[in-house]
Amino acid sequence: MSKPKTLSQSPLQSWFTRHKDQCLVWLLRGLAAIAGAIILLILIFLIKESLPVLQEVGIKAFFQDRAWNPVEQSYNLVPMIWGTGLTMFGSVLLATPLGILSAIFCHYYAPQSIAIIYRRLIELLAGIPSVVYGFWGLVVLVPMINRLHPPGTSLLAGICILTLMILPTIALVADAAFAEIPQEYLLGAKAMGLSASGTIWHIVIPTAKSGLLIGVILETGRAIGETMAVLMVCGNVVQTPDSIFDPIRTLTANIALEMAYALGNHRSALFVSGLLLLMIIIVLAIATELIDQEV
Amino acid sequence: MTKSITNNSQSSIQDLQPLIQIQQLSLSYKNKPAFQDVTFSIPQNSITAIVGPSGCGKSSFLTCLNRLSDLIPNCQVSGHIQLGTVNLLSPKINTTALRRRIGMIFQKPNPFPMSIKKNIVFPLKEHGFANAQEREQIVEEVLTDVGLWSEVKNRLEDSAMSLSGGQKQRLCLARALALKPEILLMDEPCSALDPISSGIVEDLIVRLRHKYHYTIIIVTHNLAQAKRIADYAGLFWVEEGCGRLIEFGTATQFFNAPEHELTKAYIQGTKG
Ligand SMILES: Nc1ncnc2c1ncn2[C@@H]1O[C@H](COP(=O)(O)OP(=O)(O)O)[C@@H](O)[C@H]1O
Ligand SMILES: [Mg+2]
Repeated sequence: MSKPKTLSQSPLQSWFTRHKDQCLVWLLRGLAAIAGAIILLILIFLIKESLPVLQEVGIKAFFQDRAWNPVEQSYNLVPMIWGTGLTMFGSVLLATPLGILSAIFCHYYAPQSIAIIYRRLIELLAGIPSVVYGFWGLVVLVPMINRLHPPGTSLLAGICILTLMILPTIALVADAAFAEIPQEYLLGAKAMGLSASGTIWHIVIPTAKSGLLIGVILETGRAIGETMAVLMVCGNVVQTPDSIFDPIRTLTANIALEMAYALGNHRSALFVSGLLLLMIIIVLAIATELIDQEV
Repeated sequence: MTKSITNNSQSSIQDLQPLIQIQQLSLSYKNKPAFQDVTFSIPQNSITAIVGPSGCGKSSFLTCLNRLSDLIPNCQVSGHIQLGTVNLLSPKINTTALRRRIGMIFQKPNPFPMSIKKNIVFPLKEHGFANAQEREQIVEEVLTDVGLWSEVKNRLEDSAMSLSGGQKQRLCLARALALKPEILLMDEPCSALDPISSGIVEDLIVRLRHKYHYTIIIVTHNLAQAKRIADYAGLFWVEEGCGRLIEFGTATQFFNAPEHELTKAYIQGTKG
């Protein structure tokens, strides 16, 4: 730190010039603390709001009650947990191979010009608001499924829309993971005349493994949290589905649908489902952190 | 390989057949030339050292010989390279087969992120060695050749990343040898290693060359090393912003009676 050169500087100014770095560090620390505090506050708020019903009926009621009928003190969340779980699994199962393959195509097979356009397209896909996806699903996808098997608004429609929505996440994360693979591995493989497929399977994928895993976790988080598009295409009937053509309701859709008029224990029960969602997301975040630390 | 040579005496080397004939070879990146108008011939079963300051196009030159230059975006190569009866720069050439004939060792040891054994087995499988027993045999053979067998035979399943720098480089050499190449390209193979490992690798190069009659083209910054191992030597230099081959000749002539002023200055250490 150099001493102030002009004598006209006030003591405060000169103190500031000398401690510029520390000021910045403390400012950043403060902002980080605020961000952390907000998350903590949300968690506390959720717990506080869900406590009344939890104390009154207990956690078990949410899994063992006859049905979801909060007006009559019946709080079974299981059908909606199925709804969220199945849409999530289905879409992650579809989007993961598609996204990874598209990143492989982009990195190792596509000519430069096509790869650039393709990447922009995927980025664009990531930026489309979810309500637009839902709208498209409602007017295009649902009628298509309806022709296949009525009613159309269904688990399948939810899975398809979610797949489209989380595809960019895994594709972009996989793309970034591939970009970090040391060039010398690839040059070494090329210099030995190894095939592209062998190189990808035995060198690229194992090297990028943790990056890809983080991509899967991120897309899972997005699939769990998505509300609007799923709400628009899934039919929102509270039931455990027997087939992929049955309508379902997810936990997030449930909150969005009922929050406006819920009172008392009903309202509190919705906070319980919110708490459940947040807890799943926290577990996923911890998993990401653990994977990150391993490498 | 037809001829074997057992010593470095000039008479036995000079009447060797040229294996690689390079004519007016130029390479540019994005229309900016890296080197230009390189013409010389590399005889069979010889060690050719390419020396010169960094940035004069030595690595770029090597990448033309196994067509790795194809993979670098915006890289154009012109001229002619004849390998035996094959026109090496022809677009029709099967680069997979070519790169099996021409092995390459890089400056930074680059074993694959897999087990020591798989580093050798995986390329063998890729090149159609279907017999597992044969592969095992080759693994032992090439690891013995590079002096690694006794060091790693009990930990073949360990990751190659757990090896030291010198061991990694020897594994890369073993991996290249497993495909039984005729020509080895080496881009400063010792410069990332400590002096002892560097000495081990250097000895290996000489020994393997005599055992298997490889033709070796080695880029090196280390003039003393070039003098010790090379039969032929060439000097690359940047002139007017572009690399050129200043002088090429037998090692004796190159180091003892260089024709070009730049070569003289370079080997005396007053330039470069
Ligand atoms: N992939 C590349 N793209 C653009 N320019 C390159 C690339 N590789 C090397 N060059 C340039 O080409 C010239 C020769 O480089 P190189 O062949 O690596 O020289 P050397 O191996 O003798 O140090 C340098 O000016 C370098 O900056
Ligand atoms: Mg170089």
